[in-house]
Amino acid sequence: MSELIRKNASELVDLLSSGEVSSVEVTQAHIDRTAAVDSAVHSYLHVSPESALATAAEIDRKRAAGEKLHPLAGLPIAVKDNLTTTDAPTTAGSKILEGWIPQYDATVVRKIREAGMPILGKTNLDEFAMGSSTEFSAYGPSKNPWDLTRIPGGSGGGSSSAVASFQAPIAFGSDTGGSIRFPAAVTGTVGIKPTYGAVSRYGLIALASSLDQVGPVSRNVLDAALLQDLIGGHDPHDSTSLPESLGSMVEAAKRQDVKGLRVGVIKELNGEGFQAGVKARFNESLRLLEAAGAEIVEVSCPSFEYAIAAYYLILPAEASSNLAKFDSVRFGLRKAPDGNPTIERVMAATREAGFGPEVKRRIILGTYALSSGYYDAYYGSAQKVRTLIQRDFAAAFAKADVLASPTAPTTAFKLGEKLEDPLAMYLNDIATIPANLAGIPGISIPNGLADEDGLPVGIQLLAPAREDSRLYQVGAALETMHEEQWGKRMIDFAPELEVR
Amino acid sequence: MSELTPDLVRHLAGLARILVTDEEVNRLTEQLSLIVDSVATVNAAVAGDVPATSHPIPMANVFREDVVEPSLTQAEALSGAPESAEGRFKVAAILDEE
Amino acid sequence: MAKDELMNYEKALEQFEVVIGLEVHVELNTKTKMFCGCRNEFGDEPNTNVCPICIALPGSLPAVNRRAVESSISIGLALGCEIAPTGRFARKNYFYPDLAKNFQTSQYDEPIAYEGQLEVEVPSGKTFTVLIERAHMEEDAGKLTHVGGNTGRIQGAEYSLVDYNRAGVPLVEIVTKPVYGAGAEAPELAAAYVRSIREIVKALGVSDARMERGNVRCDANVSLRLHGAEKLGTRTETKNVNSLRSIERAVRYEIQRQAAILAKGGTITQETRHWHEDKGATSSGRPKSDADDYRYFPEPDLVPVQPSKELIESLRAALPEQPSVRRKRLQGEWGFSDLEFRDVVNADLLDQIVETVAAGAKPQSARKWWTGELARIANAEEKDAAELAITPAEVAELATLVESGKINDRLAREVLGYVLAGEGSPSSVVAARGLEVVSDDSALLAAIDEALAKQPDVLEKIREGKVQAAGAVIGAVMQAMKGSADAGRVRELILERAAQ
Ligand SMILES: [Mg+2]
Ligand SMILES: [Zn+2]
Repeated sequence: MSELIRKNASELVDLLSSGEVSSVEVTQAHIDRTAAVDSAVHSYLHVSPESALATAAEIDRKRAAGEKLHPLAGLPIAVKDNLTTTDAPTTAGSKILEGWIPQYDATVVRKIREAGMPILGKTNLDEFAMGSSTEFSAYGPSKNPWDLTRIPGGSGGGSSSAVASFQAPIAFGSDTGGSIRFPAAVTGTVGIKPTYGAVSRYGLIALASSLDQVGPVSRNVLDAALLQDLIGGHDPHDSTSLPESLGSMVEAAKRQDVKGLRVGVIKELNGEGFQAGVKARFNESLRLLEAAGAEIVEVSCPSFEYAIAAYYLILPAEASSNLAKFDSVRFGLRKAPDGNPTIERVMAATREAGFGPEVKRRIILGTYALSSGYYDAYYGSAQKVRTLIQRDFAAAFAKADVLASPTAPTTAFKLGEKLEDPLAMYLNDIATIPANLAGIPGISIPNGLADEDGLPVGIQLLAPAREDSRLYQVGAALETMHEEQWGKRMIDFAPELEVR
Repeated sequence: MSELTPDLVRHLAGLARILVTDEEVNRLTEQLSLIVDSVATVNAAVAGDVPATSHPIPMANVFREDVVEPSLTQAEALSGAPESAEGRFKVAAILDEE
Repeated sequence: MAKDELMNYEKALEQFEVVIGLEVHVELNTKTKMFCGCRNEFGDEPNTNVCPICIALPGSLPAVNRRAVESSISIGLALGCEIAPTGRFARKNYFYPDLAKNFQTSQYDEPIAYEGQLEVEVPSGKTFTVLIERAHMEEDAGKLTHVGGNTGRIQGAEYSLVDYNRAGVPLVEIVTKPVYGAGAEAPELAAAYVRSIREIVKALGVSDARMERGNVRCDANVSLRLHGAEKLGTRTETKNVNSLRSIERAVRYEIQRQAAILAKGGTITQETRHWHEDKGATSSGRPKSDADDYRYFPEPDLVPVQPSKELIESLRAALPEQPSVRRKRLQGEWGFSDLEFRDVVNADLLDQIVETVAAGAKPQSARKWWTGELARIANAEEKDAAELAITPAEVAELATLVESGKINDRLAREVLGYVLAGEGSPSSVVAARGLEVVSDDSALLAAIDEALAKQPDVLEKIREGKVQAAGAVIGAVMQAMKGSADAGRVRELILERAAQ
């Protein structure tokens, strides 16, 4: 096993730019790792070694010729399979898109291509990102590298498991209710959901348009900052993307200062329903922050009680409309119905065959929430809850610079454990959902292992909208304190995967 | 509790263009009833004049200038289509009118 | 198609009050579409003006055309509407293969313009005030072609083909409040209203306003109630009425059809109906049903439009003169009598005459051509004079040829026939077919001598002062020259001969 794959992305960037290693070497090392372990982990739905190596070789040639390159040039990356790529199939984890080759690149994909980052492949996800475990992927679940009988989180379990199993130094995720942060927490990796609009959604196959946000998945806070600095910024193709720059996340990550910082602990996200080991590690981290000069204050967000309910109305409502385009006319699956094949029947048969059970459930739920006679009680009320949650955050941020909570109530659960119980599955997202409803940024960083099962737990930090840099600053500071305490990175505690 | 009935689920599936068997309708009615009962709590949360939030970050007046940008070629446009003919997307007959 | 029973029109109006409502869709003539940079162009090869956005590829997002918004505001202002301080886009969800996303991006409870009014003059000279409820922005759908079976008809077609070139073309939908009190003139009012809308959008320069291309399309709502009744009757919405004469005919037809049903104690079904120009009848379409639950909700991918006061005032300042003012001005400039002018307006020939005069014709001859010969031909062919295959410039050319004496009226009608048949411009037809008036005196003199030889007493009569005797010779000469002689010149020559 090449030692290159264990390095942080920021270390690889230094080695690449100094010419100590070539992009072909780095890329090949990750391709070899995937060949060795992905039959067990199943992070990828599609791998593209040839095009990744071609990009790598091109960058090496340019570097040798002395051309000016982007700092991330030559660093390979894995892309969640709900981002469109013109040179690889994009399925969103659904049978309805099996084999579809998009006619355009997502904006974030265009940006990494322009920077010269080789794309290793497309990572697994719950179908259309609907889920918290990747078990709803139409192509089979990904596994948690810490324990292959457990889920790697979802929906971005492909990206989190790829980064945690050293198949990619960095990856794209997308976060609608925690799909970057929850997988990060349960795999001992770093995941960031930027402020809504900080990163373009153009080319992200929409789940819930007002909640979705693309973000980095990495093993280290500085790595994530490198990627957010590349992909952030206004995109004229996304009308909801922020017009202004949010500053340099890399600089924030290097600042690492928490003196005088007020850290608000959200009362509602640190009690009942949270696993003991999760709470223990969380409280230890608060003490670390305090010892470094931060002030810990308690804040209350009473409307969070309704966050999951509001989320499971808004998300299905928007999704039911976003997923209407999957109709067998312009792309994707077409299924002939039994009997008279009118277009209505072809569409209905296609959608029945192409969508999995969770997707159908949510589409029908969303159709219900929007339909006449029910709109006000369901969708309308949910949108009002959103206002209440924003008010809670506003009040909390009047008392604190960042807020903190465990990222998830539990460590990774067993594959199959919650598959038949949608409500239990939805509860995983209790701590992550409020940030999506309010549009604010959130980060999950490794927070040690739970005593009871030895599995990773995460700590979540939240900041006001547009203040993503605070997350990088505080996250990197806490990460450094942790690594000093542990003597190594948390990911280095992960068991060795059996290599084929 | 929930107002969800098998007939309503069948109707919603029709609106959403998803073919469902009777068995699926029953299963969905059962599952969705639980979910609906649970999410219906939002109603209780918002008594009074709380405004709705449709966009998490308030913005306005984002426009594109009226300038032509490249389109796809016809071949590119049709490249993902299950069926096409005469430069167009081909679909089964539409029978719901006239 | 079952044949409807119709009540005599006068009898229907004796029994019932007519209430109409009109929805006019105006296609804007922006360079690009409403939500993407594809060309807004009629008649191109299918699916060549399409991109990921307008064929709704997964991941694509809309972006609003600034010019389309400004045009919509201008239309609103020209209709005397209030402009909304906040206008919002909404999704109107329904499945149809010409609608790529399976929702139409439209406006719902927050249209850009509302509460306006328009003075509309009907052929009798009476003026009605039509109240405008709203004008909102939306996008056009693609174009379906039905193949097989009854050619071109949806029924019995084997399959359909979709061209999305028109998908996403900006539309402004203008909706009236119910219009009462037009009585027997309701059909004429409907047509006159649409004519006024066309005049306005053409004068604004925001639409090509060509009905035959679907730039302006009208849905006509008609309901009847007993005179004195308070409650509105059930209405039907007739779609696909895309010429001024069809609007008039369709409304008249619906009045007669509904009256016959109501008089027999029947009930009107609330439904959409289709107008068939060939049969001069409407037919039943889809009844209103649960499937019309459009599940409108605010478009999360687009942010609100909040036009500034400055923008609104600058657009208001740029409004062209009101149609009624323009009409008064033109009538004065042209010196038409009230009756002459009303004929022109009612025949929808105002723009034709403006353009013909601009091309060099005298106003009166322009009027005579358009309301005379051209109107007669159009009527025989059951179309609008404007739809004939002759341009105003060609009409001006024809008029000038007559005024200069190059051709006479009879020849001009012949030339017109050839122009309409596509043989080219009037002067090229005259040249190619040698249709000029014979101005060669020697040819005329030879014919005169021949005629005089048969009527030797004529010269003597003229010399005696009976000048009218020349008429018989003129007639004979014209006959001999097969009409291509200038009768005035023939007369002159005969008188000269008599004086010799
Ligand atoms: Mg409309
Ligand atoms: Zn387009």
